[in-house]
Amino acid sequence: MKPNRAEIVLLGLNHKTAPIELRECIAFSKEETADSLLKLKASSSISELIIYSTCNRVEILMVTSQQQSAIDAAKAHISEFKRIAVPKFEKALYVHVNENAVRHVFMVAASLDSMIIGEPQILGQIKEAYRIATTKQTSGVLLNRLLHRAFFVAKKVRSETGIGDSAVSVSYAATELARKIFGDLSGKQVMLIGAGEMAELAVEHLIRHRVGTIFVANRTFKRGVELADRFNGQAIRMEEINDHLKKVDIIISSTGAPGYMVTCAHVKDSMRSRRNRPLFFIDIAVPRDIEPAINRINNAYVYDIDDLKGIIDENIDERRKEAFKAERIIDEAVIRFQEWQGNLDVVPTIVDLRDKLERIVKTEMEKTLHGLKHLTESDHSALNRMTDAVVKKILHDPALFLKSDGCYGDKAVYMDMTRRLFRLDEME
Amino acid sequence: MHRLSIIIILLYLLSTAVYIAYFFFQKKMTREGGYSFLLAGFIVHSGMLGYAFIMAGALPASNLSENLSIVAWAVAGVFLLLRYKFDLKILGVYAAPLAALTLITASQLPNHPPEAVNLFKSFWLTVHVIAIFIGEAAFALACGVGIFYLMQEHAIKNKKHGFFYKRLPSLDLLDSTGYACIVVGFILLTLGLISGFIYAKSIWGRFWSWDTKEVWSIISWLVYVALLHQRLTVGWRGRRAAIMAIIGFCALLFTFFGVNFLLKGHHDTFTKF
Repeated sequence: MKPNRAEIVLLGLNHKTAPIELRECIAFSKEETADSLLKLKASSSISELIIYSTCNRVEILMVTSQQQSAIDAAKAHISEFKRIAVPKFEKALYVHVNENAVRHVFMVAASLDSMIIGEPQILGQIKEAYRIATTKQTSGVLLNRLLHRAFFVAKKVRSETGIGDSAVSVSYAATELARKIFGDLSGKQVMLIGAGEMAELAVEHLIRHRVGTIFVANRTFKRGVELADRFNGQAIRMEEINDHLKKVDIIISSTGAPGYMVTCAHVKDSMRSRRNRPLFFIDIAVPRDIEPAINRINNAYVYDIDDLKGIIDENIDERRKEAFKAERIIDEAVIRFQEWQGNLDVVPTIVDLRDKLERIVKTEMEKTLHGLKHLTESDHSALNRMTDAVVKKILHDPALFLKSDGCYGDKAVYMDMTRRLFRLDEME
Repeated sequence: MHRLSIIIILLYLLSTAVYIAYFFFQKKMTREGGYSFLLAGFIVHSGMLGYAFIMAGALPASNLSENLSIVAWAVAGVFLLLRYKFDLKILGVYAAPLAALTLITASQLPNHPPEAVNLFKSFWLTVHVIAIFIGEAAFALACGVGIFYLMQEHAIKNKKHGFFYKRLPSLDLLDSTGYACIVVGFILLTLGLISGFIYAKSIWGRFWSWDTKEVWSIISWLVYVALLHQRLTVGWRGRRAAIMAIIGFCALLFTFFGVNFLLKGHHDTFTKF
């Protein structure tokens, strides 16, 4: 290998290597990302560049032929831009090169490296980072291809494994459960007792499934009215809760009250006038608001916070198992990418080009000779010599151009162009 | 005719295998495959029954073997219809093997040509047989849906979200599908009983003769009456409805098989082998 061959280098830190304080400190906003792209690209050692920064990671993806100076430039940039001394964050940094860098990008895009495996936001964040890099023209042949492959791999992982299938947040798990009980949630009425971040998130999730009226009961009626306004719902008084059990379907409870807000007797009472339509209680409060024995009443279902957490733990295990399958898909993609990258070298490109020309000549010759039965053996070899010479002459100048330093700067661009112009890679 | 039966059995069995694969792997291709095989089996089966009907001028329902064949046909048919109306494709894993097993049983029973064919050339008897069997198929599916309901409810109540929880649909869908099956089954069973009484009047001169089969039919019918009544008045749904659907189907099974073998009655000749 030539010493100045272009390499893919990834440098970054994530939730596994850096504490939140450090990540906050180094995170780039969109504007800062754009700014950094231009500043770093100006350094002579970096030919292609993408930066992505989320709340769990900051990574700088580069193509360079001088690994060490590119890494140093990136570190210096972070230090300067974020006003933090290099030793302060250096320990949290990881550096991946070539195969490992490619694998890492695929893993990140497929959400296998996320804090919550399979969470779907990361792909969008990387797409956005890539968009910024393309508008600033800091991404080139290698990174374009790498990112496109990463998006493809991420999509494939998502559709072929169950990595994003099961709920891993309390509010989402509660909504999934509601769907297993009611099927379609549209028009189902919801009652929120108390308030709290998790309970409100759950209500928002339900609203996304087009639930009907939302009743909000709160100890301070004023707060209830505020919340109800937010959800486009209706505030009720605490005394009205039992009355509303007759018409609502889903109850989310999250009060700080010491006793039960809803008891067995209340539910049994209301079941008659509900004509046994199912009731689903989501009890997020500690101590609990909903009497647990309600779960034993027909068509009434009670899930408390521990039950929901139990489901989430199971689901996270499930995702880990699925992640195992995903890694196989990624291994394959890494190999494919490396093959492609390897072919970007001069020699394989010229070899492939010659093969293609020879193949064309051979088939055309066969076709033609088929109709010319009167030609002798020596005629044949004369024709073959002629076509060989044609191929050689056609190849002469392009080969010279590709081998020489005629193509300044980024060789990969010309290799890629040649391969695409003659369609040397099988289309997928 | 016998060779055709084997083809139908093979199609139903293939459908069963593919539906089981669907149950495990949840791939769309297996779901559609199971459906296609069942549909193919049903079409051939319909053709076979239709041909027999035209050739004999009467329904081929003169012995247990022929009856079971009609039941298998009805199970496949009702499921295929149900599949259009409700998004309950997973029920194929119950319907396909049920149809296959019933038809296999039918093919293993002796099938002697009937002696008194004339008995079957009656409009009322044709209505009686078809309505009763399609009704029974609907009840069989209601029973399957009921079993699914109990499994799913068990998973949700006990907070054990395992294999079945993921694969079975929502309680609401299971409940409404089961209810639809019961309604259809009930209407057809009622129609079947009425046409049976009219036919009895024309043959034996009286509507009701305290025949054991008649008595048990009415008992099964009453189970479903109770179920529907409770649902319409106090809203019996969910678990209770599912259990009643299973009990009702057990009563029907006893009416169909038990009465023939354990007790005696005037259905003897054509529901025994």
